[in-house]
Amino acid sequence: MPPSDPHDDAQQVMAANKAAVSRALNLVEDRRPEAQTGVTKLLAELKDAPKAAGGHRVGLTGPPGVGKSTLTSALARSVRQRGRTVGVVAIDPSSIRSGGSLLGDRARMSFDPSDEGLFVRSLATAGVVGGLAYAANSAVRVLAAAYDMVVIETTGVGQSEIDIVHVADTVVLVIQPGSGDVLQFLKAGIMEIPDILVVNKADHDELAQRAVSDLRGALQTAHAVGAGSGQDVNWETPILATSATQGTGIEELIDTLDEHRQHLDATLAGRRRQGEVQWTLDLFSRKHGEHGVSTLGGLAQLKARAERDLDGGQTPLSLCERLSREYVTALGKTP
Amino acid sequence: MAEYGKRERDRPWIMRTYSGHSTAAASNELYRTNLAKGQTGLSVAFDLPTQTGYDADDPLARGEVGKVGVPVSHIGDMRALFDGLPLDQMNTSMTINATAVWLLSLYVAAAQDQGVDPSVLRGTTQNDIIKEYLSRGTHIFPPAASMRLTTDLITYTVSEVPKWNPINICSYHLQEAGATPTQELAYALVTAIGVLDAVKATGRVPESDFGKVVGRMSFFVNAGIRFVEELCKMRAFVELWDRVTRERYGVTDPKQRRFRYGVQVNSLGLTEQQPENNVIRIVLEMLAVTLSKDARARAIQLPAWNEALGLPRPWDQQWSLRAQQILADESDLLEYADLFKGSEVVEAQTQRLVDSAWAEVQEVLKRGGAVEAVESGYIKQRLVESNAARLRAIENGDRVVVGVNKYVEGAPSPLTENLDEAILTVDPEVDASQRAALARWKEERDNAAVEQALAELQRVAKTDENMMTASIAAAHAGVTTGEWANTLREVWGEYRAPTGVAGATVKTSGSGPAAETIARLRKRLDELEVRMGRRPKLLVGKPGLDGHSNGAEQIAIKARDVGFDVVYEGIRVSPEQIVASALEEGVHLIGLSILSGSHLALVPEVVRRLRDAGLGDVPVVAGGIIPEADAERLRRDGVAAVYTPKDFELDNIMSDLIDLVDRQHAAE
Repeated sequence: MPPSDPHDDAQQVMAANKAAVSRALNLVEDRRPEAQTGVTKLLAELKDAPKAAGGHRVGLTGPPGVGKSTLTSALARSVRQRGRTVGVVAIDPSSIRSGGSLLGDRARMSFDPSDEGLFVRSLATAGVVGGLAYAANSAVRVLAAAYDMVVIETTGVGQSEIDIVHVADTVVLVIQPGSGDVLQFLKAGIMEIPDILVVNKADHDELAQRAVSDLRGALQTAHAVGAGSGQDVNWETPILATSATQGTGIEELIDTLDEHRQHLDATLAGRRRQGEVQWTLDLFSRKHGEHGVSTLGGLAQLKARAERDLDGGQTPLSLCERLSREYVTALGKTP
Repeated sequence: MAEYGKRERDRPWIMRTYSGHSTAAASNELYRTNLAKGQTGLSVAFDLPTQTGYDADDPLARGEVGKVGVPVSHIGDMRALFDGLPLDQMNTSMTINATAVWLLSLYVAAAQDQGVDPSVLRGTTQNDIIKEYLSRGTHIFPPAASMRLTTDLITYTVSEVPKWNPINICSYHLQEAGATPTQELAYALVTAIGVLDAVKATGRVPESDFGKVVGRMSFFVNAGIRFVEELCKMRAFVELWDRVTRERYGVTDPKQRRFRYGVQVNSLGLTEQQPENNVIRIVLEMLAVTLSKDARARAIQLPAWNEALGLPRPWDQQWSLRAQQILADESDLLEYADLFKGSEVVEAQTQRLVDSAWAEVQEVLKRGGAVEAVESGYIKQRLVESNAARLRAIENGDRVVVGVNKYVEGAPSPLTENLDEAILTVDPEVDASQRAALARWKEERDNAAVEQALAELQRVAKTDENMMTASIAAAHAGVTTGEWANTLREVWGEYRAPTGVAGATVKTSGSGPAAETIARLRKRLDELEVRMGRRPKLLVGKPGLDGHSNGAEQIAIKARDVGFDVVYEGIRVSPEQIVASALEEGVHLIGLSILSGSHLALVPEVVRRLRDAGLGDVPVVAGGIIPEADAERLRRDGVAAVYTPKDFELDNIMSDLIDLVDRQHAAE
């Protein structure tokens, strides 16, 4: 690869040139130390992309088998029909044994290969067990600079929902009728409450209606026991029914997404910044544990530090690397 | 004292050869020759565009027209296919599924044109969409719409074409996808249950007539080389079907409870190495479905000895037909009552299969039945796992395949001396001539009548009326296969089925030479990741309309297990889509799998488009039934490596792939 100019590269990404977007994603995935300067420069160039500030980052998550890929495909198609462009990051787990992964989301998606306004990238979690991929946050920034809407699709109930809050403006939890697990989580207040709940595979009216009303009850219980504190009190989580295979409910989902995006307008920048701070801290503490956090002055201090440095142009990844180096140095000094 | 007089014999099964290629006229000639050789029924192989609802002029049909079967676009093609073959005297089996309603409509319309009343037609439409989602891959519509077409065809024929077999529930393709005998039994039965329940739910069949529907259900079964077990499997089928029809559907007439089945013996086990041995395999497999009088096939078609090399020639098919004729007419098999009644060994093994299959039937029913277990990926995942286990057993020698992993040394075979002439090649001009003929057809027909027929089809599709009547009218009006399918695509949409690969777990032993090989490959990929900055990423693509995904699935799983990041796109993707995916995904390597014989059209196109997209340095490998002369051409066109069925050691392929990525990285 010939050395490239980050400014030119960024311009091409912002023009949604697919080859350039792909190269930029390859770069942010690159874990070699010598690549990091390039990553930081590129992301700094993309920071004020016109699309990024006005765009919408949608996180789509839920247990395996609820039809998230098919729903993502239907959603992307309908958003395209409304004249907006879409970038998708589909995240699948890496095998713990081999480090490899099977990224199968494309198999469930149908798309027009000549469409310049739709871009799909699959990422493997690459060792970040149960969470989003290492490069997910950076990949979202790249796509957000190029496309109107970015959809982050990820599997799982638990860790990845908490992660997805860090990168998405709107979190959509997808479940299917009759999946009791999610209800239990909600009732127990374990799970952060998503911004939108979708009951997919609502092909059978009766079952879907029951699922919707069950969820409504569970949400009330969850609120009553004080779950989801820290959530937006001015937003009442809507519950929608979709059938991705039959294409029903998709337009309502887009309308609801738009409503939420509008609702966020004033607070969006702050929400995104908080997400990045949290992402940085998560990355660091996963790597170095509590000892790492306390060595560098404890959680509150690290948080303040992250807020300051991220404002100064660092990315969660580059800042985490920097903190890691500081930790290692500090370890050397400790007797 | 031996007796040489004429003896009482059972009537032999119907003998067929699965055939059709190039054009309707060429296939008609082939059918006439086959009948003259003593074949007693026809088995029509349609090309992939016809099976998946495209005309020859659709971009997706590129390279596939007339390849694995005959293209039938409209009633003119259907008439030409049966020219001079009186349909009231034929017994015609049609391997057709997603477009079964359409092809039967063309057949009925062609019969009417011959002055034949549809009520006397005899034959079979395969019409089993479940196994398409699971294995064969020619589905079009989502499950609900597909099941509606299935039941439309069944309820129509039960009342209008009473001697027709409206559906052939296929366990055949499940075995080809790796199913164990237990799985083959269980998943075929849950499919049949799903279909019968759906027919019942239409409310179109009066309760008193439901036995007739059950009585018309037929099956299409596979027979593999473990022929004693296969023989027991057939007997288990008979027993289980009797149980299902009696207990679940309350059918009292024993004739309506009979397990009626046809067979194509196993193609999966046919080898490219020492291919003449396949004749012996085919004969042994035929024994499994003929020896038991109480569980004997009603129709048999045998593959040809050279199928792993390419398309068989008429002589190759004749050799297989002769095997059937020798067993039925020359041997004394048909003179005896059931040979195994009372055999402790056979009955015990049959019972074991009955019990294990019944347990799996219950498991699927608990999960909501066949359609649910397809949509959730449950069945597909079980099949992918079984197939991985089968391949591993061959790779490590636990399962002997003569000439492949044992007794591999042999004298050169005179049969394959001139390899390129030992298979049939389809004239590459067929594509263009079929397109031209189609253009003429569209010009000469009454387009107003076509528009009207399509509007009616669209209307009916939105209601719950039977699709057959409107489809037969459309056939008479001159509507084409592509037009019929596209009209319905607009109403119902298309469906991409679960691949089963992501969740499939493959057990590997922790020690021994196989484990050491895996460990070595993993270490190399780990090192490459460090050097390259990101984990090597492989795109597995299946260009064209061919839906046989076993090879692609197994490569994808193996590649993940040695440590690649693998993007698997599923079946039926165009060269444009593959290149778009390669670009967006930032892959280091592309593997293409094609079994339909259209590799010469599709693989170079992918390579060319990659170059145009600035991805000319991404290595491409191809796998499939690819004759050596073609492989050479592909390599000349820039394909890095070509793999065929003889490359059964997946670890070696993985090692090659890692070499390719390594070399490419070093060159950058």
